[in-house]
Amino acid sequence: MAEPCITIDNLTMAYGDFVIQRDLNFTINRGDVFIVMGGNGCGKTTLLRHMIGLQSPARGDVYYGDEGLWRSDSATRQRILRRTGVMFQSGALLSSMTLAENVALPITEATRLPANKVREIVSYKLALVGLAGFEDYYPSELSGGMQKRAGLARAMALDPEILFFDEPSAGLDPITAKLLDDLILSLSQSLSVTVVVVTHDLDSIFAIGNNSVFLDAESRSMIAGGPPRQLLAESKDPKLVRFLTRGNPSDRNIETRQMRSRA
Amino acid sequence: MPETANIPCQIVAHCRANSLEIAVSGDWVRDAELPAIEPVLAQIEAAKNIETLRFSTDALGRWDSMLVTELIKLIDCAARNGIPLDKTTLPAAIQGLLTLVYAVPERVDAHRSQRQTSWSESIAISTAKAIQHSKEIIIFVGDMAISCMATLRGHAHFRRVDLWLYVQECGPSALPIVTLISLLVGLILAFVGAVQLSMFGAQIYIANLVSLGMTREMGGLMTAIIMSGRTGAAYAAQLGTMHVNNEIDALKTMNLDPMAFLVLPRMLALIFIMPLLCLYADLMGIVGGGLVTVNFFDVSLAEYLDRTATAVKMKDFIVGFVKSSVFGILIALSGCMRGMQCGRSASAVGDAGTSAVVTAIVFIVVADSVMTIICNRLGI
Ligand SMILES: Nc1ncnc2c1ncn2[C@@H]1O[C@H](COP(=O)(O)OP(=O)(O)O)[C@@H](O)[C@H]1O
Ligand SMILES: [Mg+2]
Repeated sequence: MAEPCITIDNLTMAYGDFVIQRDLNFTINRGDVFIVMGGNGCGKTTLLRHMIGLQSPARGDVYYGDEGLWRSDSATRQRILRRTGVMFQSGALLSSMTLAENVALPITEATRLPANKVREIVSYKLALVGLAGFEDYYPSELSGGMQKRAGLARAMALDPEILFFDEPSAGLDPITAKLLDDLILSLSQSLSVTVVVVTHDLDSIFAIGNNSVFLDAESRSMIAGGPPRQLLAESKDPKLVRFLTRGNPSDRNIETRQMRSRA
Repeated sequence: MPETANIPCQIVAHCRANSLEIAVSGDWVRDAELPAIEPVLAQIEAAKNIETLRFSTDALGRWDSMLVTELIKLIDCAARNGIPLDKTTLPAAIQGLLTLVYAVPERVDAHRSQRQTSWSESIAISTAKAIQHSKEIIIFVGDMAISCMATLRGHAHFRRVDLWLYVQECGPSALPIVTLISLLVGLILAFVGAVQLSMFGAQIYIANLVSLGMTREMGGLMTAIIMSGRTGAAYAAQLGTMHVNNEIDALKTMNLDPMAFLVLPRMLALIFIMPLLCLYADLMGIVGGGLVTVNFFDVSLAEYLDRTATAVKMKDFIVGFVKSSVFGILIALSGCMRGMQCGRSASAVGDAGTSAVVTAIVFIVVADSVMTIICNRLGI
């Protein structure tokens, strides 16, 4: 049943001569909620930028199906990337446009739908993320969590098959973060999209992820991959265990952890 | 998913006992030919004695937002007519989406009315805005004065390195453009004057025209206009961006007065640099005029210099000096004011830059006229 959606093939990422991560190899299956985790500065955002076509690899490639993103010509690359949507860390809404205009932008760019249909789709997308009625607000008039959700509405504007999230829960209170996690999860289930989440937030990792990779900043490579809960229960790598247990390696039982974080 | 390649996209409503069943078939995607739903909406409106709204989606193929938006319209219409929805026959995925859509009720007070304003109303609004703007200018000048006093008394301060940085930014790096413009202005003055003066064989007076024109008026004015485009706009953009990034709020929380910390050093740098640049521009203009006079109008270099020396008095330089200091204050004032008043978006930063330049040029020209009239009345 596991059908590969994105394959990272021997990817080495670098800024100039400064290598961030080398020889990454993993596969994201269709319908997965895939987590890219790791400490600060290990290159998670950089990896995301490689996957969404913003930064070209030093070596290797990112395959969507069997099409290599970086070995294709730019027309093919655009066609591939049109199937994706990205929610940036800070929302990255265009500050001089209202929410409705922000969400409508990709729709009017890519399609020839009549204006009232575009408006309906915009309202629907905003309602999906719980922002019904906020069409005429400017991003600066919204809280951080609302901006992120509006960014999600824009990312979903064209019904993408793959959604990317950079640190969805960063800067949100635990309850809002949980709501956003739930939203991601229910969207992934009802739209059957593939979701790739870059995060270091343990609660979301265990709540939504069903597969993951762990990037390490020191060795500049991926240390482990697999379902997060399984990694927590079985991993032998001390760095990964420290990361997943918040520096408390004796604490490896997911149920007791969840009880505690709920308490 | 059933094989739907040859099932046409359709939406039909049937009454079944006391429920209304809407059958949706085909591929409801963006690129497909989609039927209108208005007939079905009309059927819902007209329906009598209906207890539930139900969907039948056995022949539904692929679907995306195009379908969901139509379903929402149907459901909303049914809800308005008091017909409850039976979701269970919809595909699970659509059920999930509908749950999300209706999870957070629409905030009624969030909606904004976009009313047409009549022209009398818009005149009133613009007048109110103009009054508001003048008030803002006065408030800014007042704040500025308070911060100056506080700094003089030692209650507020800025970093000396900043001042030095701004001086370098607006002084030496402006020299090339000031050189070019003032040389050319001197040249133009010389040509314009020469055409008239040479008719009387009075070419020698070109020197008077150029040197007085440059020192009293053009040197200061041209430098001011260059600097308002170069430095005034930069100040507005810098402060505007800082405002967008909350940096100005951060300074306030650290108990630093943004006026003293950000605005004052910029203003001092301009007040200090402007007279020097103006002096430099005067000299360049005289050189430019000399080039023309000596090369084209049969006046020797010695004569030109001699004439210039007798024509220009110390007081002319001082007038230019004072004027350009005032221009410096005005440029810094409008640049910093527009920057500090900037809104919180990318385009607001652009607007701040534009309006800084416009404000500065208006201020400069008005102030120049006033000062010229005063000098004339006082016989300076
Ligand atoms: N534009 C850039 N130029 C050079 N180095 C960069 C740039 N952006 C990020 N880096 C470096 O790359 C590393 C990974 O950054 P990033 O992918 O943002 O980390 P994170 O995992 O926290 O998202 C960091 O060490 C950072 O210093
Ligand atoms: Mg990051």
